[in-house]
Amino acid sequence: MPKKVVYKAQIEHLQILDEEGKLDTKLAKDTLDDEQVVHLYEQMSITRHYDEVAFKLQRSGRMGTYPQNKGQEANAAASALALRKGWDWLVPCYRENTALFMHGLPMHYVLLHWMGDERGNQIPEGVNITPLSIPIGTHMLHATGIAWAAKLRAEDRVVATYFGDGATSEGDFHGAMNFASVMQAPVLFYCQNNQWAISVPREIQMNSETVAQKAFAYGMPTIQIDGNDIFAVYKATKDAVDRARDGGGPSFIEAVTYRLADHTTADDAKRYRDPEEVEAWRAKDPLIRTRKYMESKGLWDDTKQTELQERAEKIVAEVVRTAEGIEKPTPADFFNHMFAELPHELERQRDTMHTSSLCQNPEQAGLRAGLERV
Amino acid sequence: MLTMTSPVPPGGQLVDHPALPGGYAEPDWSKPLPSREGDRVIQFREALREAISEEMRRDERVFLLGEEVAEYNGAYKVSQGMLDEFGPKRIIDSPISENGFAGLGAAAAMYGLRPIIEFMSWSFSLVAADQIMNNVPKMLYMSGGQWGCPIVFRGNDGAGGQLGSTHSWTVEGLYANVPGVKIAIPSCPYDAKGLLKTAILDPDPVFFLESERMLGDKAHVPEEEYYIPFGQAARLREGDACTLVSFGRPVNFCLEAADALAGEGIDVDVLDMRTIRPLDMNSVIESIKRTNRVVVVDQCWPFGSVASEVVTQIIERGFDWLDHPPVRVNTEDVPTPYAKQLEAAYLPSTERIIAAVRGAVG
Ligand SMILES: Cc1ncc(C[n+]2csc(CCOP(=O)(O)OP(=O)(O)O)c2C)c(N)n1
Ligand SMILES: [Mg+2]
Repeated sequence: MPKKVVYKAQIEHLQILDEEGKLDTKLAKDTLDDEQVVHLYEQMSITRHYDEVAFKLQRSGRMGTYPQNKGQEANAAASALALRKGWDWLVPCYRENTALFMHGLPMHYVLLHWMGDERGNQIPEGVNITPLSIPIGTHMLHATGIAWAAKLRAEDRVVATYFGDGATSEGDFHGAMNFASVMQAPVLFYCQNNQWAISVPREIQMNSETVAQKAFAYGMPTIQIDGNDIFAVYKATKDAVDRARDGGGPSFIEAVTYRLADHTTADDAKRYRDPEEVEAWRAKDPLIRTRKYMESKGLWDDTKQTELQERAEKIVAEVVRTAEGIEKPTPADFFNHMFAELPHELERQRDTMHTSSLCQNPEQAGLRAGLERV
Repeated sequence: MLTMTSPVPPGGQLVDHPALPGGYAEPDWSKPLPSREGDRVIQFREALREAISEEMRRDERVFLLGEEVAEYNGAYKVSQGMLDEFGPKRIIDSPISENGFAGLGAAAAMYGLRPIIEFMSWSFSLVAADQIMNNVPKMLYMSGGQWGCPIVFRGNDGAGGQLGSTHSWTVEGLYANVPGVKIAIPSCPYDAKGLLKTAILDPDPVFFLESERMLGDKAHVPEEEYYIPFGQAARLREGDACTLVSFGRPVNFCLEAADALAGEGIDVDVLDMRTIRPLDMNSVIESIKRTNRVVVVDQCWPFGSVASEVVTQIIERGFDWLDHPPVRVNTEDVPTPYAKQLEAAYLPSTERIIAAVRGAVG
């Protein structure tokens, strides 16, 4: 009996706005209107400035480690626009600041978090964003879980989760993808393939030609897009979100992009990246090409650029003031959010502080006396 | 072709083992350890590197696998320069898959190699929980002695300094509860080298707990090769007022506390346990027979901690010698706080140790 082909697949790459700011008008049909383009450009520019300020804060010792989003903003911005603010859920990693802000997270929260304050993760009521996840990959399961729960509750919500190329090596990624597919959960897996996971290039991270093809194994619609192109990001996200909302289950997007900055402020990417590679990607910066496009359409000029820059500076300066003005927590705050109701043993620990021992009676142990003499 | 026979350090011996192809090497335990005093001052991370490099030169089956260990020279520069010396077959950058490379390492160990697996942080070992808690420690036991697992897992343990609660794990309490692993936790560069060399030769799985906050610590480390036996505490200060028991980074706070207390005429015994599994309780009991008081300092959470175990064994074996209830100094019983001043208040500190000792002797 002859062998027959039981499965065949191919991956499409979508680009609508090229590096020179030229738009493929046919593909751009029913995507972004002029107003939205300007809006996205402004949002991206403000987060770009936010990054620069955060970097300086870190360098001057006013903040802990900070991961810049520089160069990847189009992904967060245009995908956020395709999702319903306050209804759909974002399950982010740490390079999606623009999306968080566009979905209502006050901008000082992100700074507060990286300054080392838990309260930066205390997302305000009505903002549908989960806390930042530090262990790589574990949050993707949460995205599938939330989407599944929403489906069980018969809500037409969609969940978008963001992660890097490196995160696809974690087992949790595969678990999340398989569950989403089996349960036909309304979730979008958005991979920001910025080519690097700290110093490890994509080719060492995986031996597959694309990241997008991993979704085939889970029977999931999948596409590779130019992640620095707001039109492609918007279109691909919109398609996936509409499909999910209509009961079509999960989708996968591999957005090819590039991290123009170091991995975090603790890193120096010059040690492992070819400067030529970085330069080549600088030319593909989403801000540059969006601006070129806007200028070609008469939507933008130097005056508007100056105004925007001034506005960004004002906004970010205010955000920094707010973040730095928040009163520092005190040690008794440890106990604030551990349980719905603080168990007795912890109450005693809170009230005595420095006893350490759960079951130890501080008076008996002589600790109070000892402490008072310190 | 790799030679499967374990290369033996000078004076050591080859021990046959049914589950380990080529047996395993045992150092010459009768040889006294070199002096801790000297002027060859290097960093903690360099001491670790020296230990790994020496063993890699001796035994070509030893390799280092983990995230960022090769091209980047290690996320914390422990493996600086090692890719150049040993090449990419032995210093191996891994995809971000802790469960993956932990399991791969376990199998390589079962198949006769000697893997050293670096976790960027022990916090990330939690995504490899099944391999390291459910497979590695039980391999020999569950295979009826057929498959050994001579592997070293190492990385940063404890609050590294404002990394948030999911990235600041102190794993000793959790992992010490699992039968089948050895756990070493050095407090200084000298021990880092000697204990890690022992860990690499050891025929069983060893969890080796380092601390990001100590990697830059400098002290004398002998150039010669030496192996510190597991299960033997080091007595770092002598005194008869109270016994201070600790391991890992807080040992340094105990020494500061001991020096401060000596100024008040309170002389304490300081025991650095060096390994948690095995745990040298004999030395603790012997000390308590002289001091009759004990404070146990442990950078892990209090409930069911190593400190709890030490105290339990003291009660079981040394109750009659005690003049005061044993005292524990642990972290507060909360997730590791992110804010700087909260993290500092949460950790055991010199001040808290001094207070605890004063309370116990007062
Ligand atoms: C479980 C786990 N392992 C390791 C790390 C350390 N780590 C932080 S970011 C990172 C690289 C992530 O690369 P990628 O997923 O491509 O995202 P990118 O930073 O490029 O946006 C690593 C290894 C971690 N945070 N969690
Ligand atoms: Mg990446």
